[in-house]
Amino acid sequence: MSELMNDPMILRQIIMDHYQYPRNHELTHDDTYYTRHMASDSCIDDIHVEAKIQNHKIEDIRFDGVACTIATASTSIMSELLMGKTIDEANHIIENYHAMIDGKDYDEDLLEEAVAFHTVGKQANRIKCATIGWKAMEEMIAESEKNGK
Amino acid sequence: MIDVEKIRKDFPMLQNKKMQGHDLIYFDNAATTFKPQCVIDAVTHYYTDLSVNAHRGDYELSYQVDSEYEGCRKAVASFIHADEKEIVFTSGASNSLNLVAYGYKKFLKKGDVVLSCEAEHASNILPWMKVCEEVGCELCYIELDEEGRLPIENFRKVMNERVKVVALAQVTNVLGYEVPMKEICAIAHEYGAIVTMDIAQSAPHMSVDVKDIDCDFASFSAHKMCGPTGIGVLYGKFELLQKMDPFMVGGGSNARFDMCGNILLKDAPYKYETGTPAIEAVIGFHAAIDYLSAIGMDNIHQYEQELHAYAIEKLSKLDNLILYNPHADGGIITFNVKDVFAQDAASYFNSQGVAVRAGQHCAKLLMDKLNTSATLRASCTFYNTKEEVDRFVEVCKNATIENCLNVFF
Ligand SMILES: Cc1ncc(COP(=O)(O)O)c(C=O)c1O
Repeated sequence: MSELMNDPMILRQIIMDHYQYPRNHELTHDDTYYTRHMASDSCIDDIHVEAKIQNHKIEDIRFDGVACTIATASTSIMSELLMGKTIDEANHIIENYHAMIDGKDYDEDLLEEAVAFHTVGKQANRIKCATIGWKAMEEMIAESEKNGK
Repeated sequence: MIDVEKIRKDFPMLQNKKMQGHDLIYFDNAATTFKPQCVIDAVTHYYTDLSVNAHRGDYELSYQVDSEYEGCRKAVASFIHADEKEIVFTSGASNSLNLVAYGYKKFLKKGDVVLSCEAEHASNILPWMKVCEEVGCELCYIELDEEGRLPIENFRKVMNERVKVVALAQVTNVLGYEVPMKEICAIAHEYGAIVTMDIAQSAPHMSVDVKDIDCDFASFSAHKMCGPTGIGVLYGKFELLQKMDPFMVGGGSNARFDMCGNILLKDAPYKYETGTPAIEAVIGFHAAIDYLSAIGMDNIHQYEQELHAYAIEKLSKLDNLILYNPHADGGIITFNVKDVFAQDAASYFNSQGVAVRAGQHCAKLLMDKLNTSATLRASCTFYNTKEEVDRFVEVCKNATIENCLNVFF
């Protein structure tokens, strides 16, 4: 893992791949899904994220919208990474992702392709792009936990 | 002609500033401009030498603050060819534009029309949306042509007796076209409508004569014209200012009040200036106006047009760029790098020391016209140089998607 991490060519390739071929890039509009619309004036990314969460487990994640490479790729990778995970597992991964973005210690192995964003903070204003889809997921997890499922 | 090298020496921000390891090229002047030393000195002069409130005390220092404060009002008045009593200090263009909408609301009734266009800044549209919703007026848009320009015929076509307010920018902030405001005012007045003009993007770059144009209101910000932040101007014809309501009342704006609820407001412009103003900013603004006037607004305009033509000539030769407004009248260049999302390109420009803005530039409606969700905007002013344009063109050339992503590693 560590070797890959230091090869910008490979990391760039991961981001490009998820930008050009985003995974889970179609909304269901199914009303059993939680949904979030993430858009703000300071950020031109504008995405919708959906998640099906049942019995404390993330069954499905979808997204769509107009967004930059970083926002698209980070959301696409997040959707693959968190799908099928329990809420506890997902929270643990999310915690590690934020630790990485913030330049703190984190567990590389948990993050898989998401390590491609480990240096995103070089362009400080883009941190929001790398976390926009993740934030949506965190909010939906919190909402589902509040609902008790 | 202007001596750019000499001018650049006046700006601390133009002295060997680096961004991401490169010499800074600041092409975001439509957002705000740098300040010359004389403006910075004027601001600190207030805090160092005066530091007391305006319109308050009866002692010498306070008198001096009053006279410097009012001195700026005189300077602003002569800068836009208005009368002193028609100059209201606000916190900025957005504040001024809101003040017009709020203040004029009482003259509008259900069924009246407010006319604007799709290229307006949010600060000139949203206040009217709110007013229309409250009063039951209709907000209509003058159709723009394919380039995004506002042809006078299109205005004439939609003008009628129901129109009570025309709200337009003299120069728009996304495409930089100049709107024929003098003709528009003449036509609007024939129908009995008033014209509120947003000059936030024109006043910094050309001479504006509100009397000649005959607009009823004009709004602008000091910070876009080398002045401090937190200070702006609302020009209004005196009779209108007298008739309208301020949206704040309190200390400074009332002449008398009693405990039965009777308030006698001061005359315009003072009735709009409630509370302690940004005194240091007003004093700094005066220095900015003097600075620009010494260079000469016509010289500034001419230089900026030359620089813009130079940039467009070079940029239009690059086949990886889409230019949305090659014929802009001002120094605003709106563009995209083909197949690269605006935000990604902006980070690349940043990594090369070039400050440009990605976004919808507050004119969300316009994006529906240009068929793009986001653009980049490079905006030059009189202290930018052809050498900076050359380097900018080089950076544009290299703004491939790969390079845009490499900035992260
Ligand atoms: C055309 C136009 N109007 C109004 C404004 C608002 O100015 P301020 O943010 O200083 O209130 C801007 C600033 O971007 C502008 O470009």
